Amino acid sequence: MSTDDAHDPKFGEYGGQYVPEALMPAIEELADAYGRYVLENEDGFMDEFRERLADFGGRPTPLQYAEQLSARYDTDVYLKREDLLHGGAHKLNNALGQVLLAKYMGKERIIAETGAGQHGTATAMAAAHLDMPCEIYMGETDIARQRPNVFRMRINGAEVNPVTVGRGTLKEAISETMRDWATTVENTHYVIGSIVGPHPFPKMVRDFQAVISEEAREQAIEKTGGLPDSVVACAGGGSNTMGAFAEFVSDDGAERSSAKNPSGDEPRGRVDLVAVEAGGSSLTVDEEKGVAPNSATLSTGDEGVLHGARTKLLQDSDGQIMESHSVSAGLDYAGVGPELAHLVDEGRVTPVNVDDDAALEAFHRLSQDEGVIPALETAHAFGYLEENHDELGDTVVVNVSGRGDKDLETVIEETSKRDLDIAPDMSILNRVGGGGI
Amino acid sequence: MGLERAFADEPAFVPYLAAGDPNYEDSLAYVEALAEGGADVIELGLPFSEPIAEGKTIQDAIVRSLESGMTPDRFFEFVEDLDVDVPLVCMTYYNLIYQYGDSESRSDSGTASGDTASQEGPRPFVEKAAEVGIEGFVVPDLPAEEAGPLREACDEFGLDLVFIVAPTTRGDRLERMMEQVSGYVYVQARLGVTGARDDVDDATEASLARLSDWDVPKAVGFGIKTGEHAEEIVAAGADGVIVGSALVDIVAEGHEDGDSTEAVADRLESLARELKQGAVRGAQERPQPERT
Repeated sequence: MSTDDAHDPKFGEYGGQYVPEALMPAIEELADAYGRYVLENEDGFMDEFRERLADFGGRPTPLQYAEQLSARYDTDVYLKREDLLHGGAHKLNNALGQVLLAKYMGKERIIAETGAGQHGTATAMAAAHLDMPCEIYMGETDIARQRPNVFRMRINGAEVNPVTVGRGTLKEAISETMRDWATTVENTHYVIGSIVGPHPFPKMVRDFQAVISEEAREQAIEKTGGLPDSVVACAGGGSNTMGAFAEFVSDDGAERSSAKNPSGDEPRGRVDLVAVEAGGSSLTVDEEKGVAPNSATLSTGDEGVLHGARTKLLQDSDGQIMESHSVSAGLDYAGVGPELAHLVDEGRVTPVNVDDDAALEAFHRLSQDEGVIPALETAHAFGYLEENHDELGDTVVVNVSGRGDKDLETVIEETSKRDLDIAPDMSILNRVGGGGI
Repeated sequence: MGLERAFADEPAFVPYLAAGDPNYEDSLAYVEALAEGGADVIELGLPFSEPIAEGKTIQDAIVRSLESGMTPDRFFEFVEDLDVDVPLVCMTYYNLIYQYGDSESRSDSGTASGDTASQEGPRPFVEKAAEVGIEGFVVPDLPAEEAGPLREACDEFGLDLVFIVAPTTRGDRLERMMEQVSGYVYVQARLGVTGARDDVDDATEASLARLSDWDVPKAVGFGIKTGEHAEEIVAAGADGVIVGSALVDIVAEGHEDGDSTEAVADRLESLARELKQGAVRGAQERPQPERT
């Protein structure tokens, strides 16, 4: 667990608390609660959180050796199976932590934004589990392309409020949830879904997600006798990314360490951290229309202030925020967590990107070769592995941030637009007269 | 420094409009109509794509303004083109202020490169604003904790920096703002985002009471839409009233109905007059301060 000062809002120059005044007392109250309950385990908060993560969430998740991929790349590939967490994605780690924290703080109502619907789903589940009323804001574009998650949220008892401004994706949903919070701050907690937003959210969400790398690091040592050479994770806002990286950040020695460590000493060395962003359809920006057909914030964005934090952004030359794009709704965001922006500037995290086509191909490959259907977000990490496995060393951990059931409609539609050799033939559906899934 | 002067003789009426809503030319006429109607300070919105503190009325105004081509440079031209004799305050979000000095270095490449972080911060924007005659700023997403660089630039060019005090603002936060505020303080009448409402909130009186020892004028905003509202608020001790959404509604309706620029400007001027007169009446109802 991190020992950061709960009252230090910065990561180098990034981070901070750029929010309307009406929200300042709430985030100060939250920073105080974060310090007491999360960092100092007051009233046994962290014990209860860990117990619920195990019993309700199903932790620990396995670190699985991927036989086919390892043979294909001549590299030991391990999958950190966050797709097996309850709800099918890493999102529950954070949602459960924050809803529980809201209870400890005496809040009576939960609100959250969602992009792909995974965070909304996790929050709705956690709120039902902990008996809290819950409302989710979701852009109308995302509602249309993530219908299964809308059903799940409703079935768990959450209200789903469509956001119609702008392009109706995650960026607008976050703004709208902040507006709700500005009105209801006295009795409501805003469960933000990633390591974004004003302090203390980026640190707190990272700490709730850090269980991923805490487990993965121990599991890797247990299974291989040493540290992995690289950890690869997809990055949108960056919560699975920082979760997968957090406990490896200090493994920053000069050399890789996968030379095994038979002496039983604590393994040392460098673990490379690779954040794979959505390259979308192109990295070229259309200033005129204010559109970036990608979500490659770490690779191509520059510094600015959005949604409460100074971070890297996709913005035009005036500072207006661009409409981002990715085939994967969960990566479709014009900002990124300030801690990741900082780690990229420091050279500790390497930002790379994978385009829509390569992600779709990787989706099918993992499904066919390993029997794991990944979320489209996750597929970006495997797209990078396919192209660049030579650079990642002998042992690679890839974070399987979520499962792909929610994306099947999108995948089939997007695959049929492209000529992908690897894609399965779906014509059987036409032969039996059905169209839907 | 000098926005205080607008509050010196009688309670001030401080209207807001988004510059460029629904287009450049009409917007010039509308802002001038507010001045005709008795505005003492005008808050001009420079639209940002993610206005997290605004309700639907002003969000829509911002969309109309952006779609009609408003940018920071156009905004500065707009201020120069305005024919008003009233102090102007720029209301915008911090990213636009922060990025301004970078525009030239960044606009020449299709793909922004990662290493063009702003070196100068808010200074170039403030310098340009001062040059065109802006006298102060309201920045809803910039709390006192993050305001140091903007405050410095404002001091350098002699501009005021207005802070928003919310019903939830207490203790240390009030102290920090009191140290940095100048011109006037924007007292947020209720929780939530901007937007016209039908009643006056009790939180207003409580907020004014908390600020009783501040030596800058106190202007109350959020939800005011009639002369009676303005009157009650000034009677309760405010030095001025800030009105945005009720005026933006007139612009929006005129735009939707295809009304002439003159007709919309007349309506704005007449509501402005009603609000100003309400504020003046409110001052007369106030218990007279006991002076020695």
